[in-house]
Amino acid sequence: MLSRLVLRAAPAALRALPPPVAVGVLHTTRPLHTTQQSLAPVPPLPEKGGEVRHGLIPEEFFQFLYPKTGVTGPYMLGTGLLLYLLSKEIYVINHETVAAACILTVIVYGVKKFGADVAAFADKLNEEKVATALAMKNEAIQTLQTAIEEEKKEQWRVEGRSYLFDAKRNNIAMLLEANYRERLLMVYNEVKKRLDYQVAMQTLKRQKEQDHMIQWVEKNVVQSITPQQQKESIAKCILDLKALSKSAHAAV
Amino acid sequence: LPAAVLLKDTKLMDVKLGQLGTWLAMRDFTPGGILGAVRRGYNRYYNKYINVRKGGLGGVSMVLAGYVVLSYIWSYSHVKHDRRRKYH
Repeated sequence: MLSRLVLRAAPAALRALPPPVAVGVLHTTRPLHTTQQSLAPVPPLPEKGGEVRHGLIPEEFFQFLYPKTGVTGPYMLGTGLLLYLLSKEIYVINHETVAAACILTVIVYGVKKFGADVAAFADKLNEEKVATALAMKNEAIQTLQTAIEEEKKEQWRVEGRSYLFDAKRNNIAMLLEANYRERLLMVYNEVKKRLDYQVAMQTLKRQKEQDHMIQWVEKNVVQSITPQQQKESIAKCILDLKALSKSAHAAV
Repeated sequence: LPAAVLLKDTKLMDVKLGQLGTWLAMRDFTPGGILGAVRRGYNRYYNKYINVRKGGLGGVSMVLAGYVVLSYIWSYSHVKHDRRRKYH
């Protein structure tokens, strides 16, 4: 009963508490999980890099000046800048200039003559690298494909499980049946042996009793035949024989 | 109304000339910020000129040219003495 009082008092006490803060609101200012941060598949490398004119100035500069000054604008700018630097001697001509000129000539000649060959060689190296990687990938895919085929085959084999188990079950049933029949036969033989023994015992006993009784009766009869009786029986027999012979004579 | 982009987030080429001072002041000049800027610049250059299938000479030669110019600027005080003038 006290428990019922407590149960009645609990909701009233809970209502008396202050209402809790809405727990569904996350107090963050930074949005979570908005970018699609996935590293794969990696986008392929671009074919060619940014265009560079004369090996020194990016093409974007020329495009930047084209609307206002046309095609020759950047070259005019370059010439003007060069003359300004030279005339004001911001760029000083000394022994280093000569050295720089020689070096630049050699470099430009080398690039013009061997550039294509070096590029082809580097491309070939790259191709080989890519080809090995691709071969590995294809091989992996192939192995996985064969694994899938094998797995499907195994799954198909599993379906034949029931036949296998039926065959096994039949085998076992046959074995059990054969065993049972064998034992049955053994039991029958044993029981027959025992019963035959009993029957033989009985017949033997009866036979022995019979023989004994016959012998005993014969012995007694022989004993009881006294000599007197013997003479009388012999005489009777002779008389009978005589009578018979007479009747036989008469018949003939 | 066009979407108001904060001045902080505009790129350098989109900043108007009058706003340049404010824009510069808003940039991040902490060591971490400077490192980040250097890294971003390097990544931009690298991904545009070097990390491509058939890279050309321009990618490397621009860096070397920039190095040449920078070293000339740094050694100008020494090169000054080779100028063609009567009184240095």
